[in-house]
Amino acid sequence: MDEGRKIGEVILDLKNISLRFGGVNALTDISFDVRQHEIRAIIGPNGAGKSSMLNVINGVYRPQEGEIVYLGKHRHDMDTYEAAKSGIARTFQNIALFKGMTVLDNIMTGRNLKMKSNFLLDALYWGPAQREEIAHRRKVEEIIDFLEIQHIRKTPVGRLPYGLQKRVELARALAAEPSILLLDEPMAGMNVEEKQDMCRFILDVNDQLGTTIVLIEHDMGVVMDISDRVVVLDYGRKIADGTPDEVRSNQDVIDAYLGVAH
Amino acid sequence: MQFFFEVLIAGLLSGVMYALVALGYVLIYKASGVFNFAQGAMVFFAALTTAGLVDSGLSLWLAVPLTMVAMVVLGLLTEKFVLRPLVAQHEITLFMATIGLTFFIEGLAQAIWGANVRALDLGIEDVPLEWLLESANIAVSQFDLIASGIAAVLVTLLAIFFSKTKIGRALRAVADDHQAALSIGIPLQHIWGIVWAVAGFVALVAGLLWGARNGVQFALTFVALKALPVLILGGFTSVPGAIVGGLIIGASEKLAEVYLGPYVGGGIEGWFPYVLALLFLVVRPEGLFGERIIRRI
Amino acid sequence: MFYRESGQFKATYAEDSEIFPIRQDKIGIAVILAIAFLGIPLLAKTGFLSDYAFTAILTPFLIFSLAALGLNILTGYAGQLSLGTAAFMAVGAFASYNFMLRIDGMPILVAFILGGLCAAAVGIIFGLPSIRIRGFYLAAATLATQFFIVWCLTKVGWFTNYSSSGVITAQKIMMFGYTFDTSFSKYLFVLSVVSVMALLAKNMVRTNVGRSWMAIRDMDMAAEVIGFRPVRTKLMAFAVSSFYCGVAGALFAYAYLGTVEPEGFNLDLSFRILFMIIIGGVGSILGSFLGSAFIVLLPILLNMFTHFLDSSIGVDVPSGIASSIELMVFGAMIIFFLIVEPHGLARLWQIGKEKLRLWPFPH
Repeated sequence: MDEGRKIGEVILDLKNISLRFGGVNALTDISFDVRQHEIRAIIGPNGAGKSSMLNVINGVYRPQEGEIVYLGKHRHDMDTYEAAKSGIARTFQNIALFKGMTVLDNIMTGRNLKMKSNFLLDALYWGPAQREEIAHRRKVEEIIDFLEIQHIRKTPVGRLPYGLQKRVELARALAAEPSILLLDEPMAGMNVEEKQDMCRFILDVNDQLGTTIVLIEHDMGVVMDISDRVVVLDYGRKIADGTPDEVRSNQDVIDAYLGVAH
Repeated sequence: MQFFFEVLIAGLLSGVMYALVALGYVLIYKASGVFNFAQGAMVFFAALTTAGLVDSGLSLWLAVPLTMVAMVVLGLLTEKFVLRPLVAQHEITLFMATIGLTFFIEGLAQAIWGANVRALDLGIEDVPLEWLLESANIAVSQFDLIASGIAAVLVTLLAIFFSKTKIGRALRAVADDHQAALSIGIPLQHIWGIVWAVAGFVALVAGLLWGARNGVQFALTFVALKALPVLILGGFTSVPGAIVGGLIIGASEKLAEVYLGPYVGGGIEGWFPYVLALLFLVVRPEGLFGERIIRRI
Repeated sequence: MFYRESGQFKATYAEDSEIFPIRQDKIGIAVILAIAFLGIPLLAKTGFLSDYAFTAILTPFLIFSLAALGLNILTGYAGQLSLGTAAFMAVGAFASYNFMLRIDGMPILVAFILGGLCAAAVGIIFGLPSIRIRGFYLAAATLATQFFIVWCLTKVGWFTNYSSSGVITAQKIMMFGYTFDTSFSKYLFVLSVVSVMALLAKNMVRTNVGRSWMAIRDMDMAAEVIGFRPVRTKLMAFAVSSFYCGVAGALFAYAYLGTVEPEGFNLDLSFRILFMIIIGGVGSILGSFLGSAFIVLLPILLNMFTHFLDSSIGVDVPSGIASSIELMVFGAMIIFFLIVEPHGLARLWQIGKEKLRLWPFPH
């Protein structure tokens, strides 16, 4: 399905990441890399540390040990602002939209780092602020078209059904024109049709915009279908890493998912 | 040095009484997650009702139980008409509702009893303890000592009530997780009713003590407001925290007033606890005894 | 039937993002502004409106609207609850007074702006705890602002120009040789200031700075992840909000009371302004005005009602009881609105408009 798509160099390299909360080891000595343009899946049973891993990548959690190499820059940990600034965008497992704002405003927030206007210009509005708003509105409308959510543009997100909220959240992340997109269970709780739509969007984003994608997903069918490489976590440790086929036949992975007979 | 101790002891004693007011907040917060801003108004209401009943010819022994009944009724009505309709709302919404409740209760108290300052005599004289004055030359108010004694006994009783009795256990279960408590058959509304009644009782005791000490007047609500910095220091969920916080606030505001006050024109008691609490918040937002909050997403 | 936007198409994004995109709303606001700027002056000239209408209703309504607008920016838009509004108003009032007093030829508008900036600076300082705490912890901390500022203004004689009673008498409002000394001219002055500032506020909340506030309010973690900086955003909200409250405080002293003391900006005033935004609508510019109207009119209506009781059925309500009942009604209204319509009068207005779109048909 990905003929013509060129997977490039490593752009994100995680080395020996360990993360603890109090005495609990959330992640232990995890290393893996992400290449440009690929779809990289993180899978594992509940509580394996998948979301923690994403949180480490965009700076919400700071690991005690390890190194993050992103775009050639070596860091001990990320900072959320720096992550956003350098092109890492994400969606959340439990939708983290701004409930009191409309769909349009939510997506516009995704463009905040590209805006130069300050509050004084904003207050005066007519002039630079208006020009900037309109320029960004144009970009946002492209994303709205892309994700087929034109009809709900002016609706407050709190009133939308779950599936559409997930889509709006993806739109907000895309509005930042990220180079890496982190998706935390983008299809959780969706019906088959919604999942198909979401799959199509993810593939289109990857294909047409060239965005690198790191995703966590529980639906194995989806994961095996769309990802290029898969990393498997269990109890905060990495137990496998490779192409979907390699991972599928890995004995440790089978044990982790099905349990081992004692 | 004697003067220092005098000030310190006076501060600690009033601190115990702050702790008593703060305890009312902690009770309700622990059980229902509501920060009841109206606790101060309840203190005022209780004091004014008792004083009003005594002034209209009742004996204190009759006025206090009658006020207690009024406080329980007030607590139950609050639970039913204010908090129950707002259950599961955002905590800030609940907080603002209790600010509305504050105005309502203050208005109610004054509509019934008028806005005049009333005296309340509990039969305890506010004189220095003689033996301490003679032996160590330190003046400590007998009233303050007895009042803090009463407060200390009450605090201890409540602590025992919560840790040893069945209702206390149910209450802690409710505080931990409403739904889980409901699912194992704890009657939630029943428990909340009890908590509001107990909070009313605490307000009554605090109202009697503060009312007898400072006179029953609107300014009592400001005394009760001092419980907020106490809570910030002690944490909103901790009974020992409320006590220690009360002692710190009581002692430090008196010492600050006496030793710093003269340099800046005095009257700093009014804001010192708040600024102290504010500085403290910046250093340790969860309070002395509160649990550290880990933000999860 | 009349309020329908069918047939009004937007061809550009600029048209689509106007403040009042619907033609009927444009006409509505034009009518309101025409009444406020022309109709009311005309009524006053012909003697239909007494001085009382200006000094007791219209001017305070506008000034409180501005203060409520300030608080709404902080609490409604940025989600930071404050109980210290009156303190920021006090800073604005006393700072403006001192600029006027100590600098010769200081233009009054510049003094108000400087007063607002002082309030903004104080707002930033007392907003610092918001970086680490939230919710009612923050509310409790803002009480520090309230008590400390009022104490400071009372104790430091310099602020009140060593007035023995602590009362200051605001200087005359003079601009371009014209003195605003009648209640009617003060009304027009206040109206102009409030209209401009409301417009600026509306512009802020519909652009990036407004979105940053709402993002922090709705989901601070997500806001941080998409690149809003929480510290800067919150302090900005404190600063802008305090600026608005500061200017409102200056107007309160100069155009409404004339003489004020620090105690005039007490906790009670802070609560009243909080009530305005709860009743009017949290997170709504319109709501700030509706809430202010409500809180200003309610005591007047209650007063009329007690007079009515007295004259019609001979029940004489003592004034002490009347003011207690006023407190009870305020409290009950707050609880009522929080339970029944947490978005306040502004939301009711919106629902009304939606009904009006369909009228006279049920669907």
